[in-house]
Amino acid sequence: MFWNVTQVLLDGLLTTFQIFLFTLLFSLPFGLVLAFSSMSRWRPLRYLIQVLVWIIRGTPLMLQLIIIFYGPGLWLGHNIWSGNESGRITATVVAFSINYACYFSVIFRGGIEGVPAGQREAGEVLGMTRSQIFFRITLLQMVKRVVPPLSNEVITLVKDTSLARMIAAYELTFAGYSFMKSNGLTWPLFYTGVFYLIFVGVLTLLFNYMERKLDYFR
Amino acid sequence: MAILEVRNIGKQFDNTKVLDGVSFSLEEGNALAIIGSSGSGKTTLLRCLNFLETPDKGSITVKGETLFDASMPRREQEKELRTKRLHFGMVFQSFNLFPQYTALENVTLSEKLLAKEQPDFKQKKKEIYERIEAHGVELLRQMGLAERMSHYPHQLSGGQQQRVAIARALALQPDILCFDEPTSALDPELTGEVLKVIRSLADRKTTMIIVTHEMAFARDVSDQLIFMDEGVIVEQGDPRQVIDHPQEERTKQFLTRYAQG
Repeated sequence: MFWNVTQVLLDGLLTTFQIFLFTLLFSLPFGLVLAFSSMSRWRPLRYLIQVLVWIIRGTPLMLQLIIIFYGPGLWLGHNIWSGNESGRITATVVAFSINYACYFSVIFRGGIEGVPAGQREAGEVLGMTRSQIFFRITLLQMVKRVVPPLSNEVITLVKDTSLARMIAAYELTFAGYSFMKSNGLTWPLFYTGVFYLIFVGVLTLLFNYMERKLDYFR
Repeated sequence: MAILEVRNIGKQFDNTKVLDGVSFSLEEGNALAIIGSSGSGKTTLLRCLNFLETPDKGSITVKGETLFDASMPRREQEKELRTKRLHFGMVFQSFNLFPQYTALENVTLSEKLLAKEQPDFKQKKKEIYERIEAHGVELLRQMGLAERMSHYPHQLSGGQQQRVAIARALALQPDILCFDEPTSALDPELTGEVLKVIRSLADRKTTMIIVTHEMAFARDVSDQLIFMDEGVIVEQGDPRQVIDHPQEERTKQFLTRYAQG
């Protein structure tokens, strides 16, 4: 039985990991774009981003997930997500990416604004272009600043993947829960918890490593 | 002919006139000191020269080339603006070294980036970088920092950081090097080493504009001195003359206040 449960949970973990990885892959750059847009000199864009962030941060992620998964089918008449497992995972990644990009954008903006104006000015008087100033000077200082708050969000994301169960994506929590439903077993639930703990543990080590790597400057 | 001609520069923030009709000229190889109380517009003037602020009126001419003229329509490409900036070097009060780079990397970074725009960069990359590195090493050696090249800014004292900043500004060989209160952020015992470096630059006939609160230093090192108050030049001329025998009432008051501490 133990090996059977392990196998099923590993299957669920794979889905969880996919959601996690693809969400990060899309939401990190998208969050950076949103961060820049929210600092734009063009007011309408700034307001638009503020409203978007307000809506996304102001409503439950679960609600957003339901709307994104079922919405297109109800409004357009046909479901844009294919009915199989990969369609559900895709919809989850889309909903999560929008949601997390909004949270990341606020963190990134704080990180960028936290770099003293003197850094940009020093770059300007040395004849650097705007993109050189961003990539050579600001970016790394920003990354250093955002690693701690970012680690919080990323760890939250690991556990938020369990919301995908709402639209019947067969992720880790779903897998653990299935044994309770079918066999009345509760110990797989605790076993499931161990999977999350190990996942988050590895991430914590990774973030600690990054912080140490960036410790060479202040 | 003067290397720098500043004519009638005016700058307003909201409703406050920070600069109101500032004109002066500077000869090549001379050092100009600008003194005055805080809020007199000295720093804004330097920032205008470095295109960190855009004046509302007036013009700036370097070596006969008009870099800025408020009466002309401006639609500048970033590239043009960058080229114009390179006439001036800037040493900031708060150093503004890049914390993630070593002393040497701070000095060589901008030169390396500019080298990339050269047409033959790809073929001669190694040579070019070697030359830039050697130049950076030489500059830091001149600043007395031969032993500190691979240190990061936070591992250096304030005086050492400011000397790295001076080397960094010199790396691009600007026509005019500007200092914005270079010793104001330093502990008193560290100002000497920075002033010594600036003095040696003056001895080598570097064209400089130095905004400073160090009266004795300004008097000794500069060839020309400007006293500013409330956005205007109140008095200018020979440094000894202005400091020892000020003609204007406002200059006298400032110097008396200053002497009393």
